[in-house]
Amino acid sequence: MSISKQDVKYVAALARIDLSDGELEGFTQTLAKIVHYVEQLQKLDLDNVKPTSHAVPMGNVLRSDETLKSLTQQQALSIAVEAKDGCFKVPLVIE
Amino acid sequence: MSSFEPVIGLEVHLQLNTRTKIFCSCANQYGCASNTNVCPVCLGLPGSLPVLNQQALLSAIKVGLGLNAQINPFIKFDRKNYYYPDLPKGYQISQYDFPVAKDGFLNIKIGDQEKRVRIKRAHLEEDAGKLVHDNSGSCSLVDFNRTGTPLIEIVTEPDLHSPQEAYDYLNILKLTLQYLDVSDCDMEKGSLRCDANVSIRPVGQTLLGTKTELKNMNSFRAVKAALEYEIRRHEQVITAGGKIVQETLLWDDAKAQTQTMRSKEEAHDYRYFPDPDLVPFTVDHKLIDSVRAELPELPQAKHIRFLSQYSLSEYDANILVADRGTADFFEAAVKEYPSPKKVANWMAGPVLMELNDRKMSIYELKISPASLIGLIKKVEEGIVSNLVGKEVLTFMLNEGKNADEVIKEKGLSQVSDDSALLVIIDEVIAQNPAVVEQIKSGKSNAAGFLVGQAMKKSGGRANPKKLNELITRRIAGV
Repeated sequence: MSISKQDVKYVAALARIDLSDGELEGFTQTLAKIVHYVEQLQKLDLDNVKPTSHAVPMGNVLRSDETLKSLTQQQALSIAVEAKDGCFKVPLVIE
Repeated sequence: MSSFEPVIGLEVHLQLNTRTKIFCSCANQYGCASNTNVCPVCLGLPGSLPVLNQQALLSAIKVGLGLNAQINPFIKFDRKNYYYPDLPKGYQISQYDFPVAKDGFLNIKIGDQEKRVRIKRAHLEEDAGKLVHDNSGSCSLVDFNRTGTPLIEIVTEPDLHSPQEAYDYLNILKLTLQYLDVSDCDMEKGSLRCDANVSIRPVGQTLLGTKTELKNMNSFRAVKAALEYEIRRHEQVITAGGKIVQETLLWDDAKAQTQTMRSKEEAHDYRYFPDPDLVPFTVDHKLIDSVRAELPELPQAKHIRFLSQYSLSEYDANILVADRGTADFFEAAVKEYPSPKKVANWMAGPVLMELNDRKMSIYELKISPASLIGLIKKVEEGIVSNLVGKEVLTFMLNEGKNADEVIKEKGLSQVSDDSALLVIIDEVIAQNPAVVEQIKSGKSNAAGFLVGQAMKKSGGRANPKKLNELITRRIAGV
């Protein structure tokens, strides 16, 4: 599998990243290398290996349903680029 | 006449009524000041670690079992990636290939027939934040209180073939969920939301047509209306030789039509992958059995039992079972007074009317099963008439008193005393000589009219039996 410029453009669009022509070229090459590296796995016979979703041998970590203190509104909004009426202010998302 | 068959699948999102959110210890509470139930986890701050709420998992298993589904012995969480300002992490934690439950069903009634609606899956996920669009139209405001509210998404197979079937399924689903007590199921608050997928195909064809997805329906009635509209639109487009475009449409309730969702979003590509922050879970039989042991009797089973155990009519059973509280109240009342039909009549009639008038649930009414029975006994013993009994009920609910107290205080007990009744009867006889003549000439059923008149004069308090007796005697003796 090779990576085309089109693929990189598509992924960049999904990630909301603007790329210059130079960056597009550069990322196409570096991403191709990464994919190529991972492709080595294709050569292995993995028929008897179960899909692994997690690398850490751990499971069933649960929390009891008890309320702990939340942040105050002021604390929460202290990281906002802009705030208004107790809310995070963002560019209009519906035209 | 229509040669098309609609094919409908429904997705219901249900907010669970756990105390805390799904992956953090913030309160899961509606209606708080903006951004006060938030923490680093639900704000998606770097370095924060989500941990699954045990109760959310138990509720999801409960829902799965209530919907006759298989509980997966292995479940995991996945990231569904997309960008939107109400989703602070840039992904929603959901479940992709190992949901909590799969392959369930609910039965709906079509006429006398039962139809099985297959439920493909039920999975846990987190709700997104709430976007408010500023009046100035220049920005949007985000409240993250709702972020991380535990949701269970319940997806049917495309087994529904009319808007009515979809409506019936939603009603029985909601009732089942209410019985399971996992959510308040309040559509106005968004605790229960429904999206619909619909396509049509020529009758007899097995291949599915192109579907559209409908969103923004705020009631089951709106779901039905949106489906009716959309099916008509599909038929018109296809009959005219056109093609349906697969897209998401928003239902506009005021205009009663669907509208294309204008969005700058490109085609969704969610790129699901296992969430490394959340370890997987195994659900063993012991856990499943313990949840199953606590399942309440579900509405359809209760309905069948009410028909046989109490010999109720289909109508009464439907009304009583339509609310778990009402059904429990009925059974408690019948224990006090083993005359199910009479209790059912009072419950389905006057009590339900009071509930509707007051927009209250049975739990909020100032009346216990025992005090309702107290009233029913007064009516049965002839202390008050049926009509006055209803009035007594209203007073009981207003004032939180029992039937005895109300009847005494308001002087509502039935008048059976001959001398008091005869005063009224003589007046009625004097005012209706023509009717009296009819009775004398053998039309004894005309006496009913006089009884009615006398009852009116007594303000509903006269004992009707006694009235009838006295009138007949008086006229015969005249």
